[in-house]
Amino acid sequence: MQPSPRTLSALKAVIFILALAPLARLATGALFFPDWLGANPAEFITRATGDWTLRFLLLTLAVTPLRRLLGWPWLLRLRRMLGLFAFFYALVHLSSYVAFDHVFEVTEILKDIVKRPFITVGFTALVLMLPLAVTSTNKMVQRLGAKRWLALHRLVYVIAPLGVLHFWWMVKKDVTEPAIYAAILTLLLGYRLVAKLRERRGARPVARPVAQPRPNA
Amino acid sequence: MLIKRPSDILPSEITPRPFYERRRSLIKLAAAGSILGAAAPLARGVRAQEKTLGLQKLDGVAKSAFSTKEPLTAYKHVTTYNNFYEFGTEKEDPAVYAKRLKVRPWTVVVEGEVAKPRTFGIEELLKFPLEERIYRLRCVEAWSMVIPWIGFEFNRIAKLVEPTAKAKFVEFLTALQPDTMPGVKLPVLDWPYLEGLRIDEAMHPLTILAVGLYGEVLPNQNGAPIRLVVPWKYGFKSGKSIARIRFVEKQPKTAWEAANPQEYGFYSNVNPDVDHPRWTQRRERRIPDFFARRETVLFNGYRDQVASLYAGMDLKKFY
Repeated sequence: MQPSPRTLSALKAVIFILALAPLARLATGALFFPDWLGANPAEFITRATGDWTLRFLLLTLAVTPLRRLLGWPWLLRLRRMLGLFAFFYALVHLSSYVAFDHVFEVTEILKDIVKRPFITVGFTALVLMLPLAVTSTNKMVQRLGAKRWLALHRLVYVIAPLGVLHFWWMVKKDVTEPAIYAAILTLLLGYRLVAKLRERRGARPVARPVAQPRPNA
Repeated sequence: MLIKRPSDILPSEITPRPFYERRRSLIKLAAAGSILGAAAPLARGVRAQEKTLGLQKLDGVAKSAFSTKEPLTAYKHVTTYNNFYEFGTEKEDPAVYAKRLKVRPWTVVVEGEVAKPRTFGIEELLKFPLEERIYRLRCVEAWSMVIPWIGFEFNRIAKLVEPTAKAKFVEFLTALQPDTMPGVKLPVLDWPYLEGLRIDEAMHPLTILAVGLYGEVLPNQNGAPIRLVVPWKYGFKSGKSIARIRFVEKQPKTAWEAANPQEYGFYSNVNPDVDHPRWTQRRERRIPDFFARRETVLFNGYRDQVASLYAGMDLKKFY
């Protein structure tokens, strides 16, 4: 299946709007309908934006397995947007923590980053996302060259596990939710590992990868 | 023991409920006007409780000098944002699932190192002279509320059962109803939930058994039909839906201490100088504020009343 360029643009627009829906809900709740966000709206916002960061990270990582398994190479065209939304929600997540939990007290925030492992890994993941977001434009891909660009963007294999670990360590006792994220992540990364191992053994790849991973439309 | 009265309030200063309710509806009207502007969240601080669940009213409730005059946390927030892991680990879970909790018949067994062990029916306990105690509640998760509890001092029970000289601690066990409590299927904590106090903490006049809030009996999600309230300690020390009370000689291993001793100690007094390993305890968020702008105070502001219990103790060691 290969959608026409017009269908693809339409699809992108739809995903863009859908991806903004969680933010729209939070903002509307915060400004006009406090009951939407419950008794602790700040916590609600921090949790929700954290959840959406992880979800977009997993969606981004699902692109490669899906395009191979389904034989839909064009899925790659959606990946940059998904990755950028992960970064966007991570920024809102951080802002909510900085503003609501620490009321912009920089020393307390720095202490948190140094002293508390779950903050340390979360913050590291966010910092590592920065170069990926910055190099997400077509120009940057050209400037870096596909090979170096790809190598840099493999950082996502570090970022996503750190993000899940951040969630796992944050939870007080019941780890059901982070375990679900961890299971999906394991599946997505495991797929790549298996594919790689098969390739190395000289077997045919799971499905033909797209010739040159062009990250852009 | 000399118990100092809190300096912040006189009984005569407590506004009768119809007055503050009317005042609040006026404030709400005013707030409604500003809702179109982005200022709405700011108005939430003064906006307060509207209607209750309409549970059985508790009559003849006396006021108490131990009550704070801080603005109350809205009933809807007090009853929809709960930690009651027997009904799930999300804050919204208890309000949804605790409806099934069977609160009648209900007995509280009082046993252990006592001269006269005894089982109290809930009807008996509801006949104790009741007081309204408006207490601050500080959760270990760095949020806080102000709740108008109704109950009686725990030491009334103690006087009836006559603790022996061996009674050094008191254990409070939450009921265990596997058929109504979906949360106990998961080994999140050791069930039944066990909390404990040193006997002098338990006998302190601030320590109450609560049977109601906001003028009505307790909603199930808040620990119906009877729960402990220890206002100078983190909220998890105040066990809900108490079924058994034991006077014991040895310090009990309480539920959260057993689950994670690095993070939760036996004492768990509210203390801004002892951080939770994963977050600071310096500040707290008063529900439903956005910003955690309140400075947390030692013993949750009940220092004048309880500091003497811990004279000479290293509160960082005995956290």
